[in-house]
Amino acid sequence: MTHIAVISAGLSVPSSTRLLADRLSAAVVDALHEPVEVDVIELRPLAHALADNLLTGFASGELAEAIETVRRADALIVVTPVFSASYSGLFKTFFDVLELGLLTGVPVLIGATAGSARHSLVLEHALRPLFSYLHATVVPTAVFAASEDFGEAGLQSRIERAAGELAALLSGAPRRRVRTVEDEFADPTAFEDLLRGA
Amino acid sequence: MQFGIFSVGDVTEDPTTGRTPTEHERIKAQVTIAKRAEEVGLDVVAVGQHHNPPFVASSPTTTMAYIAAQTKRIILSTSTTLITTTDPVRIAEDYATLQHLTDGRMDLMLGRGNTGPVYPWFGKDIREGVNLAVENYALLRRLWTEDVVDWQGRFRTPLQGFTATPRPLDGVAPFVWHGSIRTPEIAEQAAYYGDGFFHNHIFWPASHTKQMVELYRRRFEHYGHGTADQAIVGLGGQVFMRRNSQDAVREFRPYFDNAPVYGHGPSLEDFTSQTPLTVGSPQEVIERTLGFRDYVGDYQRQLFLMDHAGLPLKTVLEQLDLLGEEVVPVLRKEFDALRPAHVPDAPTHASLVAAAGGADDLTINAVDDVTGASV
Repeated sequence: MTHIAVISAGLSVPSSTRLLADRLSAAVVDALHEPVEVDVIELRPLAHALADNLLTGFASGELAEAIETVRRADALIVVTPVFSASYSGLFKTFFDVLELGLLTGVPVLIGATAGSARHSLVLEHALRPLFSYLHATVVPTAVFAASEDFGEAGLQSRIERAAGELAALLSGAPRRRVRTVEDEFADPTAFEDLLRGA
Repeated sequence: MQFGIFSVGDVTEDPTTGRTPTEHERIKAQVTIAKRAEEVGLDVVAVGQHHNPPFVASSPTTTMAYIAAQTKRIILSTSTTLITTTDPVRIAEDYATLQHLTDGRMDLMLGRGNTGPVYPWFGKDIREGVNLAVENYALLRRLWTEDVVDWQGRFRTPLQGFTATPRPLDGVAPFVWHGSIRTPEIAEQAAYYGDGFFHNHIFWPASHTKQMVELYRRRFEHYGHGTADQAIVGLGGQVFMRRNSQDAVREFRPYFDNAPVYGHGPSLEDFTSQTPLTVGSPQEVIERTLGFRDYVGDYQRQLFLMDHAGLPLKTVLEQLDLLGEEVVPVLRKEFDALRPAHVPDAPTHASLVAAAGGADDLTINAVDDVTGASV
């Protein structure tokens, strides 16, 4: 079973960001030809918990569950509205509170929505560098949807191309992740090795 | 089981009056608090080590020695001694001196420190925090257990034919606790040596505590020091009490809302459910504290954070009275009744001496190279 986590930072209901996220995840499910479990994480209900996490240093309740979903995911689909020429603060905060190394080697499909097509390069100048920093593997096609794109056929073909790229990454070599603190709890490094390595 | 208090030694404005105590007042308050802790029957008082404002606790052994000179019974400890940025040679010397001065009425808890800039001030790098803790503690142990040490490592200048003086009292090194919130390597270190493991158990969800203590216990058994339930575990805790629960909440709320670390974040009610913080009546504190055992097992030391977030000294002393008179006697009785016979107490100097087969004076007398006589 392949696990896909979809992260949507849309704020309104209904949200065009969520709409794009749903179309991307449906296309990925179609492209995979294998059992897929999709978990959608809406960031809006987590906004208070995210602010608390910045202040206290730990994730509570549903935020902790959302982070666990990301930890278990084989790939991510992430979609943000464009705010002030970049991803929204809420979107960035979610990735700010993730444990270091959590996204290393994880295939990620990036998407964004805005009122105008003039924001489309936000995907290339803001989201792609963010996920490169996090050592995720970002698919070449990033999907941007301005309001007018929802009425055009071109959007669907870009969605399908991006979904195909994510599916190809998922069916390739098995995923390798760096050791996280959770791995250390499950299978601790022997102290003799810590002594030698110090 | 031991009960006591631990402090980080912060100088924080009282949000209800806008007044910030002076460093002098805060340092003297630590002594007053420690003396009251002994008077109300607590077993342990631990002071912190920090090297940046707003903390006054930069020199723990000085404070501990001063407190020890004015008390008779209470055990002096630390929360924590910085094993990363403090030269292990100075830790060996300072704490062995304290051990002699207090007749063994002390132990120490090692921690790494999480303030990035403090490391370079002492010539270190926070990214090497775990390696510093591993190498420095390995050296510290040798300095206490071997009379003459030849040593070379990465983080300090080499030692050739070095003897740390004074030698530990009665030939037994001070007992060491290792403290860490969420670094499994430190639980592993405590387990490897069969030392104590302390989880600060404040400001963070109890799930962190459970995970770290479970790992420590499992590895304690793996390294052959006894069964997992015989490992030596200490916990922190944070409480604020008034006889009437609503009074406690009303009085503590402004301190909570403006506290360093978690202030301006979650509500008091949310934080109380998310972390071990308990604000209420002594009975509520007793019930919550007894519940810690459900997720860490039978443990040996419980320390409470009392002087924090700008609470005035008078209030802290009232908290100590409630703790010593109403809470700890009940906890002592209840925990003792629950603990199976094969689970040990926290080690003390006396128990360590007994385990070593008696006191052994390790005084090193230098030998004159020419005459061969002791000098």
